[in-house]
This record gives sequence, structure tokens and C-alpha cells, in this order.
Amino acid sequence: MSKRIAGLDIGSRAVKLVLVERGEPVRQAIRDTSHDPIAVCRDLLDGLGVDRIMATGYGRNLAKQYLDAETMTEIRAVSLGARRLFPACRTLLDIGGQDTKAVALDPSGAVRKFEMNDRCAAGTGRFIEVMAAALGLSMPDFVSAGQGARKGARLSSLCAVFAETETVSMVARGVPREEVVLGIHEAIARRSLSLLQRIPVEDDVVFTGGVAENPLMARLFQKGLGRRVLLPEHPQIVAALGAALEAAAHPD
Amino acid sequence: MTENYRDMWTSLGLDLAAHDQLLAVLGELYQQIYLGQKNRPKGMAYFDFVISEVHGLRIKELLDAKAKGRKVIGSFCLYVPEEIILAADGVSVGLCAGAAFGVEEAEKHLPRTTCSLIKSFFGFALTRVCPYMAASDLIVGENTCDGKKKSYEIFKGIVDRLYVMDMPQMKSESGRALLRGEYGRFVEKLESVTGRRITAESLKKGIRTVNAKRRAMHRLAKLRAADPAPISGLDALLANQVFFYDDPERFTGSVNQICDELEERVKRGQGVFPKKTARLLVSGCPMAIPNWKLHHIVEASGAVIVGEESCVGERGMQNLVDERGENMDSLLDRITDRYFRIDCAIFTPNPSRAEHAAAMARELKADGVIHYALPFCAPYQIEASPLEQSLEKQGIPVLRIDTDYSPEDTEQIRTRVEAFIERIRG
Repeated sequence: MSKRIAGLDIGSRAVKLVLVERGEPVRQAIRDTSHDPIAVCRDLLDGLGVDRIMATGYGRNLAKQYLDAETMTEIRAVSLGARRLFPACRTLLDIGGQDTKAVALDPSGAVRKFEMNDRCAAGTGRFIEVMAAALGLSMPDFVSAGQGARKGARLSSLCAVFAETETVSMVARGVPREEVVLGIHEAIARRSLSLLQRIPVEDDVVFTGGVAENPLMARLFQKGLGRRVLLPEHPQIVAALGAALEAAAHPD
Repeated sequence: MTENYRDMWTSLGLDLAAHDQLLAVLGELYQQIYLGQKNRPKGMAYFDFVISEVHGLRIKELLDAKAKGRKVIGSFCLYVPEEIILAADGVSVGLCAGAAFGVEEAEKHLPRTTCSLIKSFFGFALTRVCPYMAASDLIVGENTCDGKKKSYEIFKGIVDRLYVMDMPQMKSESGRALLRGEYGRFVEKLESVTGRRITAESLKKGIRTVNAKRRAMHRLAKLRAADPAPISGLDALLANQVFFYDDPERFTGSVNQICDELEERVKRGQGVFPKKTARLLVSGCPMAIPNWKLHHIVEASGAVIVGEESCVGERGMQNLVDERGENMDSLLDRITDRYFRIDCAIFTPNPSRAEHAAAMARELKADGVIHYALPFCAPYQIEASPLEQSLEKQGIPVLRIDTDYSPEDTEQIRTRVEAFIERIRG
């Protein structure tokens, strides 16, 4: 029976690891994905003496090929992780580096329905990074600028290319930068809420993924949904946690 | 394909360099997707051969038929009755194209927001790589969706010999009369193109030939209900695709032969995937050859496709034409009866499609349905939502996939498909 199980979530922007022993998480780590995600995984795993790896995220099949990992999708992984942290969770919103997922769970925690954004990365973590850079702000400054705004400027496009041009021209027209920043957050919130409306939403909504580190996003969701939004302490590692727990629950 | 066909292709006016490129891609794709499958029925060797000669021997056959005075009639849609074409001693071939080839050329004539299927047949025509189109004496278009009916207006300037059939949009008495009228007009058109008179007798013969072909496909469709599935979705899809190209009698014989083999497999409990493999029904847009993208992703993800509620699939095969007609009028009425029942999304409203998909899911013991639509195909993309709601309400899980012919979104689709399989398994 496996003792040390690594859950690896290889996303487009970051690789997340959670180590589980006897069914409990004992260690976690996050690194940038870089151009060589497998090297990053090897580095993360180095010295851990892992018996078994369950990989998820876009790079899961690479891990299967190079690290002899088992695989599962991030949709199921993030659901399992969220249920560990919030055992009654029925609705989940996950915004990662390049995609957004809305997941409905049945009372037992099984995936009942899910929706994902289509192929472009509009309104995801990568989009936020591009917008912050276009406005010359670091991520913490970007978030606090938005928090300080009294109203948001209305953004007409969530396409990274068009939105960049639009925000730059707004600033050039004299729209306060913080209003543009809040407007960007509001546009992302609207997009994600429309994805959520395509699944049956029940009870509180658990918000995960790297973008859930952004407290302004969580506040806007809470307002838009009229429901409580629950945040894990470490929203980015939820899928990695779920992956490790899945392996722990099914001894090989 | 061997060198001996080069003269033939040149005589058809093909662009040999572009055509070589297409064949190379097709060959590689087939090798990778089809020949890597395990436990294939022996009878699939016939289809492997057909594909290896799809631009070779089959084209030679068409040219031989033309040399004997027969005419080749190309069409894009299952509403063009092969029965009538055969009755005029014509050879019916499908021209629908399933590869992103000549897209840039096509986009010189069409908006980028046109579905892949339309862009593809434009691309094939403009880059001169389709020997079927080149060999056709008449190309039959049909006013199904807006995309097609408007693009035929432009296509008329690209190929001569285009004939467009009108299509009803509602399942009303007047809608039926329109289709019946168009089939009458098609008889006249074919008679003028082929120089042959269509008689009640020749039409009856055409009906019998096509009914036999459909009957063989019904057999194949039913055998896919077995668990374990005796044939992969990919292989069955190929048979559904070749349906539109092959000599009908030879095709019928080959499918029946595969069915004999599959019956033995079912008796022995033998399948292509293990028993209890997740079983999926695909519903939606046609998958013209060589569009094997979704089936390949699904079956590489550990599920099996057990049916296609699609033009290339159930809609093309369902129902037979009643053979008991005495004269041309009554036979054309029977033909209209069969085709008018097809629940294509160009019809409004179209409630029978969702019922039909649900019935198929139950009969084929599917665990879920993947709704497949080509981007910019308004009829199927819009119909997806009510169909999804209706099936989910009946406890049939649905995953919607909108994707074109390009491979760039393969990994995103794979994630969705795998998550859907996880959902089904619970």
C-alpha cells in the first residue's frame, strides 16, 4: 500500500504539488510552469521519496509519459479537493491560468455537470496578468487599485488583444486607472457568472484556482451571485490536493 | 496510392502538387488513427482498401462508368435521394469535405465565420484536389442552412454544372409539397443530364438498391448495442462515411459481411474494448471524411462511441422507402415520405430530434451523449441547448463540444471528454 502520494497539478502557469501521507496533506509547493514542466515536477518531487503520483491539469499526460504518473482531469481533482476542504460543497468555480470551470456536484460529491470556457483564455488568470502589465502594475498593486475604485469603467471585450488596446486608450482618454482596473475585474466576474448560470447552482460557491487569490474577484462574485463565496486558505493547490486524495482513496 | 493514377488525376484537372499534399496528410492521419486500433473486425480490411484507393481505384471506376455513358452526380447532403440518381443510371457520390484544406483560398470568397464544412468544399474546389468533384457531371446543392444556400450563390461562379434543390423549413403540408415538388424537378433535371428516362421500374430498382444498403447499415447500428461493443465508433463511422462514396451493391455486401462477423463476436461476448467501457452516443453535425477528430479523442480517452445521431450516421440511414408504389407519382410520394421524416436541425420546430436522440441512447445503452457542432453552424449550435436540457431531464448526461476541423483544441476537448467519462462513471 502506498504511503507517500504526490498530487501534481500541472497547469499552464504554475505546477502545484501536494504530498499526502495516511490520507492527510503534509506538504505543498508551487512553482512557475516554465518551458519545461517536467523538470519543474522533478525538482518539486526531489527528495520526497514519493511512492505514487497522481497528475492532473494540462500537463498530466506528460507526467504519465515521463514520471509514470496516473492521471485524472482537473475537473474531478478540483471537486475532490474542494469537498475535502468544504465537505458540503455543491458548486465550484475554478479560474486558473488559461481556463475557467464551473462544476455542479451532487450531494455525494460526484460531478453532476460542468462547463468550461472555450479555447481562448478570455477572463482567466493569464488575461489578468496581461491587463496588469498593460497598465504598468504589479499584481498586488493591480488588485489594490481595483479595490480603491468607486466605480468600474465598462470594458466591451474580454479578448486579451482587444482589451489591452481598449484599456490603454481609456487611460489615454483620462479614465482613472483604478476605474479601468475595477472594470476589468467586473468584466471577468460577468463572464464567469454566465458560465455558472449554465450549471445548476446550489448553496454556497467554493472559489478555487490561482485567480481566487485575488480578494477583489471573490468580493465581486459574492455580490453578483447573491450567495456566499467560500475561499480555501490556499486556493491554488486544491486540484493537486484532490489528485493526491483520489490516489490515497484507491490503493493500487 | 500508386503512380499509375497520375495521368488520370491530370486528366481531371487536379493540381498534382496540392493533391499529393492532401493524400500524404490523409494517409498519415489514417495510419495514425485507424491502423493503430486494436481488435478490429477482419471485415474492416475492405474499408482500409477503400480508403487506400479513395482517390485511385474508385475514381477509375467512376471514369469507366462515364466512358460507358453513365453520369456521375455529386451532392453534399442526405436530402438528395440516391434512389432517383440510380434510377437515371447515374452514380451518386458525396462531395462533403471533412478536412481543413484550402481554407485560405475559401476565405477569399467566404467570411471567416463560415462553418468548416462549407469552407472545406470551397477549399477542395478552389485548390483542385477533389477528383469526385472533378468527375461529377452534375453537382447538386440544396437550400438547407443559410450558410449553404448563400454560399452556393458564390459556388456557382466557381464550378459550372451546379444545380440547387430547394428545401422546406417546416414539417407542414406545404413543406412536404415543396419537397415532393423538388424531387419531381430533380427527376426532370437528371433525365436531361443523363439523357435517360426514369421509369417506375427503374425507380423501384433504385429504391430496392438503396433500401438494401440502409438495411445493412441498420444491422450494423443494432449490433453496436452489444456490450462489449463489437466494433469501434471510429470503424463504424468510417462505414457511415464510405456509404456516400462507394458502389452501393458492393458496399451493402461488405457491410453485411462485417455484420456476420460482428454477430459471431457478440455471441462469443467479444468486443473491441472491455465490457463496461463507458458508452457514448454522438449527436449533431455531420462528420464528413476524413473528420475523425472527435471519435478519435473519445476512444483514445477510454470510452466507445456506439452511435451517431448525425447526417453521417442515423439521419442518413433511418427508415426505408416503401417499395410498394405502382407509378412514378406514387413512388416519388414514398421517397418523399422517407426523406421528410428526417429530423434535421434546419427544420423549425424540430422536437422529434431530441426524442430520437433519447430513444437511440436507450436502445444503444449509451451512458451519455456528446452533442457535436461545428462553430458557425447555427441550426445545430442553437438546437444544442434545448436538446441538452431535454436529455439531462431524462437522466441522460450530455456534454456539448463545438469544434471545427483544426487540431489546435484537441487537448481542451480531451480534458472535457475525460471529465465527462469521469462524471458518467461516478
